[in-house]
Amino acid sequence: MPKKIAITGIGIVSSIGMNLEETRASLLNKKHGIGKITVLDSIHKDDFVLGEIKKDHKALLELAGLDEATAYSRTALLGIIAARQAYLDANLSQTMDKKTGLVSASTVGGMDRSELYYKNFLQQEASYKEYIDTHHAGNSTEMVAHALSIKDYISTISTACSSSLNSIMFGARLIKNGVVDRVVVGGTDGLSKFTLNGFNTLMILDKSHCRPFDATRAGLNLGEGAAYLVLEDEATARAEKKHIYGLVSGYANANDAHHQTASSSDGKGPYLAMKNAIDQAGLKPEDIDYINVHGTGTENNDLTEGIAMKRLFGDQLPDFSSTKAYTGHTLGAAGVIETIISIISLNTHTIFPNINFNHTIEEIDIKPVDEVKSVDSINHILTNSFGFGGNDSSLVISKPEPI
Amino acid sequence: MKQMKAYINGLGLVSPQAMGDVTKYLAKGTSDEEPMLQIDKPNYKDYIHPKQLRRMSKVVRMGMVGAKIAMEKAAIEQPDSIITATGMGCQADTEKFLNAMLNNNEGLLNPTAFIQSTHNTIGAQIALHLGNHNYNFTYVHRTFSFESALLDAIMQLYEQTAMHILVGGIDEITEESWKIKTQIDYYKKAGVSATAFLEDQQPGAVAGEGSAFFMLSSEKNNTTLAVLEAVDTFFNSESQEETENRIKHFLAENELSADEVDLVLLGNNGDAVYDAIYEQMAETLFSNTPTTTFKQYCGEYDTAASFGMGLASMLLHTQQFPKDLLQNGKTHLPLKHILIYNQFRNTNHSLILLKA
Repeated sequence: MPKKIAITGIGIVSSIGMNLEETRASLLNKKHGIGKITVLDSIHKDDFVLGEIKKDHKALLELAGLDEATAYSRTALLGIIAARQAYLDANLSQTMDKKTGLVSASTVGGMDRSELYYKNFLQQEASYKEYIDTHHAGNSTEMVAHALSIKDYISTISTACSSSLNSIMFGARLIKNGVVDRVVVGGTDGLSKFTLNGFNTLMILDKSHCRPFDATRAGLNLGEGAAYLVLEDEATARAEKKHIYGLVSGYANANDAHHQTASSSDGKGPYLAMKNAIDQAGLKPEDIDYINVHGTGTENNDLTEGIAMKRLFGDQLPDFSSTKAYTGHTLGAAGVIETIISIISLNTHTIFPNINFNHTIEEIDIKPVDEVKSVDSINHILTNSFGFGGNDSSLVISKPEPI
Repeated sequence: MKQMKAYINGLGLVSPQAMGDVTKYLAKGTSDEEPMLQIDKPNYKDYIHPKQLRRMSKVVRMGMVGAKIAMEKAAIEQPDSIITATGMGCQADTEKFLNAMLNNNEGLLNPTAFIQSTHNTIGAQIALHLGNHNYNFTYVHRTFSFESALLDAIMQLYEQTAMHILVGGIDEITEESWKIKTQIDYYKKAGVSATAFLEDQQPGAVAGEGSAFFMLSSEKNNTTLAVLEAVDTFFNSESQEETENRIKHFLAENELSADEVDLVLLGNNGDAVYDAIYEQMAETLFSNTPTTTFKQYCGEYDTAASFGMGLASMLLHTQQFPKDLLQNGKTHLPLKHILIYNQFRNTNHSLILLKA
């Protein structure tokens, strides 16, 4: 029988909480993390709002229990803090008889330090040289691997904003194919001026709090964070009497093949990702109880995603909400952060609201859940992550069978 | 894991070697006249429409040409999956946006370089060009990037979710990234000839770049060059003994001993400090196995093992053993098994096994 993939550990840091419990409490109390820029040193700091983690480099080093003897990027520090939580939560330890892997995602890598020291790197005799090698996207993964002593398998995925959903997918397949016995999967991205300015040039940043799936939406708010899951074979996790938060039951990646940054008008990529993920889970669209949508708050994304959802679910659209008005768009960490929010929903029978929704988008005429909602039964959740390059991913999280 | 065989049914290389001319396969080596080894620029217009070409950065062009050649050779118009690997991604566009942002103090920026700086731009552009809606992943873990892409492909063939998978490794070198990495002794400041490559005492590697695409298929056909048997990676080996054991274990899983391998392609990059690991391996585990090196023909870059795999595919296909490649004086024909062993500064070790 094919292996089922159990989620046995969770770690999460974002602007709405520095661990799982804080995140759950913020979600329940509609406490979002979007606000004035106070950590990132940018000339735009009075122009935009961000979902910042209100800790500077030094504070993050302290929180991670590390010192300045080794060069760390913000992305690596956030990653270490979150991955360690997941590792401890799943009660993992390195044993000879089990292979452990780490698959992480990042879009920005060590840019927060590179942009500070880049001119120094280019001098005849460079200074801050120790940060040069923290730039590449795999660096944060290696720092996490060091912190957790993971050696058997490590890799890094970067497919823009769908990156960390893809690392969950790849990790699940590594277990199913017997490459590793358990794997820490997720992603991390720290805020940088590079990202803020980049999204600003694209004119898709809302200067005020974002309004996903609202007719008046005017763009996204950037956020930052890191989150990881521990995945194990369900049978083994049960034998070891581990707490199982949920099962990774279906996943798919598809490409919109429409434009480098814009999504198509018929939503082909998102449609295929959702449909194939549900198929792979052996489910029908009507089995899905809730969708945590990508819902960035940009004009283009929400319309395309809505069209694709209507195409797949018809008039039987399940409850859905975007939680990006809580966390901001955390880019390479978004997929896993929203998977964790979905897991909280699955375990607490609570759907968290799409904050700031007031007006239905006329073209699609669909309304997200806009208040905290308790539900009697919730068994299967779909979560979406879409990115530049038409990269579209969907994941199905299911409640494990009772013992 | 017993890995699924993947038939290499198409190969597209953009490298310092002459485009499309297999007989001149290893004509261009590293040189003491240039500090880095750059690609032989293809005539891009032969492959890409000029209108599209204008918008593409060098690394996207290199990737596109490699992909198109591999697809054409394998006669596959729409791959079931597209998997790209790149350590540094769109380096030139990243530098362009970063420099503009720093020089203009975050003012007046053009979005194009930012849009194209995303690591998955190459894979996305291939999908866009083909109108391909299938699986599209990008691995970005330094010298594990390409090997991760291969493992993903092998797993998909095993899962029977794909039959024809386009896999490529692409990295570009820029003046600026070369300059920065000479500061931490990753790259050499001055070039060195291919013949003196292994003896050079300057710190660092000879920088390089390239694009190597493969059509990996579940079925053999008349375009098959070789078979990808297995791939493995391991992180932070603590001793030469541990490394040796991992290699032995990998070979044993594939029912081979070190002596039974017909050729080992070693990833020596001219950095004497870390090349010592290969040299020791050649003297111990591979003392009875022909070994040689390949980076004098492509330079060092994060996905250089993909060039090594392209070279190995051609060697297995042609059953020719170029004289230039002889290193420890041993040859073994016919070539049946070739192992590529690559490592980055003793942290990222990888193994790729090919069979005729």
